[in-house]
Amino acid sequence: MTASEHVLGLGWDDVSAVEERDGMPTLQVAPQRLRELLEILKRDLGFEIAILVTAVDHSPKAPRFELVQQFLSIQNNERLRLRCPLEGDNPSAPSCIDLWPGAAYMERECWDMFGIQFDGHKNLRRLLMPEAYGHHPLRKEFPHQGIEPDRLYREWERSRIERAAEREGQEGVNS
Amino acid sequence: MTNVTNKVLEYAAGNSSDLELDPDDPLHGELMKINVGPQHPATHGVLRLSVELDGETIVSCDPEVGYLHRGKEKTCESLGWRKFLPHTDRLDYVQPLLNNTAYALSLEALAQIEVPQRAQEIRVLMMEVSRIMAHLIYLGTTAIDLGAVSMFFFTFTEREKAYDLLDAWSGHRMNNSYIRMGGVYADVDEAVAKSIEEWLRAFPAKIDEFEKLLTSNAIWNARNRDVGVLSPEDCFALSLTGPNLRGSGVEWDLRRNMPYSGYETYDFDVPVGSAGDCFDRYLVRIEEMRQSVLIALQALDRLKQSKGGDFLARDRRYVLPPHGRTHESMEELIFQFKVVTDMRLPKGSAYLGVESSKGELGFFIASDGTSDPLRCHVRAPGLMNVQAIPQLAQGRLLSDIMAIIGSLDFVMGEVDR
Repeated sequence: MTASEHVLGLGWDDVSAVEERDGMPTLQVAPQRLRELLEILKRDLGFEIAILVTAVDHSPKAPRFELVQQFLSIQNNERLRLRCPLEGDNPSAPSCIDLWPGAAYMERECWDMFGIQFDGHKNLRRLLMPEAYGHHPLRKEFPHQGIEPDRLYREWERSRIERAAEREGQEGVNS
Repeated sequence: MTNVTNKVLEYAAGNSSDLELDPDDPLHGELMKINVGPQHPATHGVLRLSVELDGETIVSCDPEVGYLHRGKEKTCESLGWRKFLPHTDRLDYVQPLLNNTAYALSLEALAQIEVPQRAQEIRVLMMEVSRIMAHLIYLGTTAIDLGAVSMFFFTFTEREKAYDLLDAWSGHRMNNSYIRMGGVYADVDEAVAKSIEEWLRAFPAKIDEFEKLLTSNAIWNARNRDVGVLSPEDCFALSLTGPNLRGSGVEWDLRRNMPYSGYETYDFDVPVGSAGDCFDRYLVRIEEMRQSVLIALQALDRLKQSKGGDFLARDRRYVLPPHGRTHESMEELIFQFKVVTDMRLPKGSAYLGVESSKGELGFFIASDGTSDPLRCHVRAPGLMNVQAIPQLAQGRLLSDIMAIIGSLDFVMGEVDR
């Protein structure tokens, strides 16, 4: 019995199978059921490795975001994909890093790029963009040429000049 | 002289008391925070590690990535499926052909087009040559970081030969973009195939040479044995795949376990380590190069038999017509125009994992049926390898970080995307 058959056999009405063109077993799951399902995948179905955690921005369609997670079972030689639609512009989803610590960077990247919060992630910092960056670049409304490309540089330059001026002032007092 | 060697080997045996915090150290208790990188020759690109040290022992280590972030995934959304292909070269730039193949395989899975047999054979050959080249980079850069400077020149001499061959084969030295959706860009040139075969046949002797220089080298052993030990469970938890997982003794190779491009018909071994330390990962990669040579030679043999076959699918919805045909046929011109300006993939998503030199590489692509991609996510094995650094570095000496970074093997172009 494959993993998706096992999950479907549990009789949950908020989990359903999806046909995918690449043939990977895929389950569509509601956000309130996601955590429970992840625990079953790790505990009972032998999915040892988290392959990817990412999202798709479907805007302007609703629900806007879709969380995509893929897992790999080495002992059973199978893959599984979960798709979880998330409502709203600033959604949150349960984190899975206590089950798969390797997903920590993937969730950080997902937060960085899409602004999806992961409840239970202790260190949900940005991964690729600077911490002070105020945008989530892979959202559809983010322009392809970028926003204020040199703002951070200008801030850094200003603070550098100020610091240099301060330093000069102090030296002047001491001498 | 012997004295020094003995000392080195003692440390190599894993005398763990060396590695614990020494309370008599005058610097003990006074934590020092240092930055390794982002501009540091041993970080293989622009990786920054902020390391906290007690004396010379690492208390904590935090990798900072993103210095090479170029927004490739966003770029794909504006460029379209076809024009994004050259950008995949620039992800892991030491193995562009593997990236091309991974991307093409995902597109083909979504479009459900058949790749001709001959194209698959060419792809296998190119992937294995790429793997050898990527492992050569690992070997050369790790060795130079750990003090074996001449290794760098030996491996890069070999790489240079392979670059010249790829140049002749695909028209580009480094960023080949040779593997396209539906097959490959051009057919085999017999003369180049012959020189590739010559290079491949001479290569195992070179591997023996590398091994002679390193495998029983006292310093190489001391720097790598019992450093960065990963158990299979650690690898699973940290999502490590590829040679890092095999170094810990897990026999998992996508080419064997979830075959693509006809790998199930090739005859090769999957080398595994046992201790899971840097040294085992080194041995696994060395053996993988030997296996890659075998696979590549098998592919070359098959190419001789499949001569004259198609090397590109004929599905004109996705694949450009051959050169020259557009000048003769109105239909082909229309097809070309449609493919270049408005190539649409069916609605849905696809992912196909490929065994790259760093681990499982795959492109998760989602299409909404229009010509603009909805999402293209690169599952970069290098990012997972970077993630493993803190766990391996903690409690080790600062100098061990170089061995750990080298043996985990990542390329920042792929990590930051």
